[in-house]
Formats: sequence, C-alpha cells, structure tokens
Amino acid sequence: MPSSSFILLTILGSGLATWLSRIIPFVILKKFRLSARVVEFLSFVPISIMSVLWFENLFIQHLGHLPSLNVPNLLASLPTVLSAVISKNLLVTVVVGVISLGFLRLVVGM
Amino acid sequence: MDNELTVSSAAKETLPTVFGYIGIGLAYGIVGRASGLTPLMITLMSLITYGGASQFIIISMLVTHSPMISIILSAFLVNSRMILMSTTLAPYFRKESLFRNIILGGLVTDESFALGMNKVNYTDRKLNFTWFNTVNFFAYIVWAIASLVGALLGNFISNPDKFGLDFALVAMFIGLLYLQLVSDKSIKFNLQLLVVGFVLVATFIGIIFIPANLLTLVITLIACEFGVVIKHAFF
Repeated sequence: MPSSSFILLTILGSGLATWLSRIIPFVILKKFRLSARVVEFLSFVPISIMSVLWFENLFIQHLGHLPSLNVPNLLASLPTVLSAVISKNLLVTVVVGVISLGFLRLVVGM
Repeated sequence: MDNELTVSSAAKETLPTVFGYIGIGLAYGIVGRASGLTPLMITLMSLITYGGASQFIIISMLVTHSPMISIILSAFLVNSRMILMSTTLAPYFRKESLFRNIILGGLVTDESFALGMNKVNYTDRKLNFTWFNTVNFFAYIVWAIASLVGALLGNFISNPDKFGLDFALVAMFIGLLYLQLVSDKSIKFNLQLLVVGFVLVATFIGIIFIPANLLTLVITLIACEFGVVIKHAFF
C-alpha cells in the first residue's frame, strides 16, 4: 500500500473529479435550456443505464476476444427478475437476488 | 411509490435501496481492509470520492501502486455516467437556487437517480429539493456507515463474495429497471423493450473491445441514440 498522504491525495483528486461530473450539469442547466432533441435523447438514459449496469455483470471481459458468461450471475438473475415481476417491490427483489447468488456459491459451490 | 414529495415519503421509498448500499458498503469495507487500507481511509473515500464501483477500482489500483493521475482518471471515467444522469435530472430543479442545485447534484448516485426517474411517473413529472435531498442524504450516510462497519468487520472476514452480497447492486438494478419499464408511460412499452434488447446485444459486442471503465458510458450513449432513431422511425 502507498503512503497515507498518497492515498489521501488520490481520494481528494478522484472525489473532486467525480463531484464536478455531478454538479456541472446542474450549474449549467440553471442558465440554459436543453433542445427538444437532447431531452428526448436523455429520456432513454434511465432504462439504458440500468440495463447496462445489469448486463455487464452477466459477462466476463476478455479484451480483444468474445466475453465468457458469468454463469452464477446469470442464474441468480432469473429468480431476481421473477421476484421483481411478481412482487413489484425493490426490497424483495434485492433480498431474493442476494439469497440466490449466496445459494449458488455456498450450497451449489459455483 | 406515492405522489407525495415529502421527507417521510422519500425515507420510505429509499429504504429498499438502502439494503443494496449496506451489502455493497460492507463488501467494500471488507475488501479495503483486506487490501491494507485503514478504516479511516476507507471511510474517507466513501465520504469524499463517493462512487461505488470506482472505489473498488481505486483500491485495486492503489494495491498495484499505479500512478495517482491514472487512478484519478479511471475513477473519473467510471463515474462519467454521472454527467449523463445529472444532465437528465437537472431540468427538474431549475426553479431551485444554485446552492440547492449544487447540494443535490453533489450527492447524485445511480440509485437516487433511478428512484427519482421512477418517482416522476407518480408525481406528474415533478421533483423537489426536499424529496431528492432526503433520498441522497439517506444514501450517503448509510454508505459511509456501511463502509466503516465493513472495514471493522474486515479484521474477521476476508472473503465477502461468498455470501452473495456483491449481487445486491445487480439485483437492485434489475428491480429498478423493471419498475421503470412498467411505470414510465412517457415512452411506449415496446420501444423500451427494444432498447433494453439493444443494450444486451451492444453490451455483448462492446465488451469485446471497450475497456471496462468506459463501457457503461459508451453503451448508454449509443442506446439512447438508438432509442431516438427507432422512436422517430417506427413509433
């Protein structure tokens, strides 16, 4: 591990970069309005971003080659999706997801 | 979800996502401790950097003694999707003061963004400072505490993965995606399904040649453009 001061500076630097990514759109859009085309584009952000954040966990990356399947995550996704559809409840979905993967790892030994 | 934009409705609606934060926060703290970070640094990173996946990346790069600038750049790239989320959220808060916009923007997360986008389906497409700030603040505090507890637990547990806690976040995105699909009436359901299907294919292809820290952002941008084009062509 590098020194404490190196770690602290890294935390501050990445914190500043992340904070600016978060606030700059809020500051700019106080003054300017987005065009209808951009608003329409952004209306697809929620479903797109949530899908990617899910799907990228179903594959294991091998840059330059086809990805392999992350079988435990794929299998655990099935009861998770099912519980989302049946319960329409986020908490139930999260708990079912964690138990599913925990079951696959601890009991099935994947 | 209800149509009220109050502290109590925000607290109630954030509760399910809090369990996701707790799981990942604990895992992050345990991993950090196992990598040799002190509980203080682990907690400071959660309070200052505040970006789930990027914190795991920072730890792994610290372990390999990467140059500071490349660690910061990686964190920025992973978190650059925040620019997109903040841009989507900001128009809902135009009437609030600049100071309040900075407070709200500074603590936006994937989950508070998703909750907010879900909420507008029930409130006639409105959000306010009180509701969103409560959601953000709740998440921020829980994340910091879970990280600290994880760091302290890390002295006893070395392999958090085996309990399936790392899937909490993925399960949360599945749940939030489903809720968004069934509640967002501003885009036709079949079009939404098409975009989700497109994202699956694009992720599979993109993962071959796009570095992991850019994948989320690039695929999201392409998928949004795909959505707009298909909407105008067929819907």
